[in-house]
Amino acid sequence: MIPLAAIDWHSVFFFLFAALACGCAVAVVAAENVVRMALYLVLSLGATAGLFFLAGAEFVGAMQLMIYVGGTLVLLVFGVMLTAQAPFVSIKTAPGDRVLAGVIGAALLAVLLQSAFSVPEWRKPAAGRDGEPAATPLGMALLGTRVDEASAGAPGGVRSGYLLPFEIVSVHLLVVLVGAAYLARAKRRRTPRAIEVAASMEPPATVAAHAAVGREGSRGGSVLAGGAR
Amino acid sequence: MAEFLINSVGFPEWLAWTVTAVVAAVLILNVIAGGALVFIWAERKIAARIQDRLGPTRTGGRFGWLQSLADGIKLIAKEDLMPEGADGMLFRLAPYVSFCASFCAFIALPFAFDFVGQRLNVGVFFVVAVLGLEVFGVILAGYASASKWSLFGAMREAAQVVSYEVPLGMCVVVPVMLAGSMDLVTIAEKQAGWVTNWYLFHDPFTFVIFWVYVTCAVASVNRAPFDLAEAESELVAGFHTEYSGLRWSYFFMAEYGSMFLVSALAAVLFMGGWNGPIPVARLVGLSEGTGDTANYFVRLLGMANLLGKATLGVLVMMWVRWTLPRLRIDQVMTTCLKYCTPIAAAMFAGAMLWQLMLPGGVAPGLSRPAGEIREGWLEGPGGRSAAARSSAVAGVLP
Repeated sequence: MIPLAAIDWHSVFFFLFAALACGCAVAVVAAENVVRMALYLVLSLGATAGLFFLAGAEFVGAMQLMIYVGGTLVLLVFGVMLTAQAPFVSIKTAPGDRVLAGVIGAALLAVLLQSAFSVPEWRKPAAGRDGEPAATPLGMALLGTRVDEASAGAPGGVRSGYLLPFEIVSVHLLVVLVGAAYLARAKRRRTPRAIEVAASMEPPATVAAHAAVGREGSRGGSVLAGGAR
Repeated sequence: MAEFLINSVGFPEWLAWTVTAVVAAVLILNVIAGGALVFIWAERKIAARIQDRLGPTRTGGRFGWLQSLADGIKLIAKEDLMPEGADGMLFRLAPYVSFCASFCAFIALPFAFDFVGQRLNVGVFFVVAVLGLEVFGVILAGYASASKWSLFGAMREAAQVVSYEVPLGMCVVVPVMLAGSMDLVTIAEKQAGWVTNWYLFHDPFTFVIFWVYVTCAVASVNRAPFDLAEAESELVAGFHTEYSGLRWSYFFMAEYGSMFLVSALAAVLFMGGWNGPIPVARLVGLSEGTGDTANYFVRLLGMANLLGKATLGVLVMMWVRWTLPRLRIDQVMTTCLKYCTPIAAAMFAGAMLWQLMLPGGVAPGLSRPAGEIREGWLEGPGGRSAAARSSAVAGVLP
């Protein structure tokens, strides 16, 4: 029996999370049910977050959980809403698409492998709390002050942070938010929209669903309430 | 604890860390499972009293103490049913997903200064992120049950939780801003001292935003009056209609775990965490540095404080549940988008301006709380001189 003390536990957990992430990623491709795909995707992304925590990058790990896993949640909601009916429960990928996806995936893998093997030396994260990057320097850097750089001597050196990219991203997100609110707002005077024209040419069940959407406009959640009546 | 095992007991390093991890995990598991037992009994008693009934009176003595245990035995003995059209794997998996999310959030929650599963420097962020994942199990359950009731319940819950995460996040940011750290331990430590040091009483804006947080927290754990997902008058039992036995009880443990968690988070963020309203330990001279035993006693006292505050929060949630009628789904969304979010945003801006206009964060004439002094938090790993630090601050503030 191998002595437990001799095992490098850091590597064990790394391989555990890595295998989970890769295995679930393959399962996403192999699965045919949209909801199961979303579940595997969440597991894969969650395992990636575990890898970040293992590397001591707690902020990135929590970010991964918040944005990617939380984002997949919304994807799952749409998956359930759109595919709860029988014809969409199982999705089959065309063979041509598989080939195309395989080529693109292999190209990306080649790039990643190349960069992985070009790293001169792999190090484990430093033990103890002192070696871990805290969130405060990150926040300060986003505000334009790099506290981790000893460039305080130069007057321009203090401002070598990421304030401009941060602001650009913030404004961009704000524009997206406003745009989404504009698109989703309730409209007073309505003209027949493309979705309703399309709906009138579809089977009866779908027409009813679309009509419910159209009638209620976009009052939050009214589609969900409609089913309970 | 691991250091203690290595240095004093003489365990090898791997065993010490494993034992530490197992102890922490079992303790957290007991907080959730034991807490659920106690809270379900408390909920029955409170509901009964509010409705002018007696509630459980027989099982286990005068007050029906053992009612939850009897319920638990009944649930274990129940048959585990699965609907014919269900997606077997997802149906079986869903309760564990909910439970795991609830459990994981407890890892970063500090119970007293050193009593924390894993101290993360992004603790708040982690807890909020993981807490949002609980709804994942609910959606899976709703979808996999092959039942319209379940599906509608799950969809409602998804819409609700995703919406309420926005104002909840804004509320949580305010204590983070005041403390200058996302570490839950640091945030609670900065509120040490008398009750006036709690962020709840820091300024008018934090007082208002605390109540917004309470509303959003109740909504995000799907308690009445926001329990649209399991509205029994319309949806039978919502997402867990098709569940029975132990699987069903996993959902309930997750729900009570989340209730306790958001209450404990409120205690840490706004109500001083493990610091009591009166600094008893400091007044009698017990503080860090007076010895290991005294230290341990102080932490136990702190843990009692935090558990008491969190329990109080859960009891308030029960009180609200049995007092207020359920909201309609459009009212739920209106509360979130038209009231909670703008109020939270305005209060966030107000608290920010308060910090900026009144240095030290207190009105003129009052003294600055001791916890507010943040020497050295600007220092990065490199370490910098005081002059460089002040110039860095000058670079940030116009």
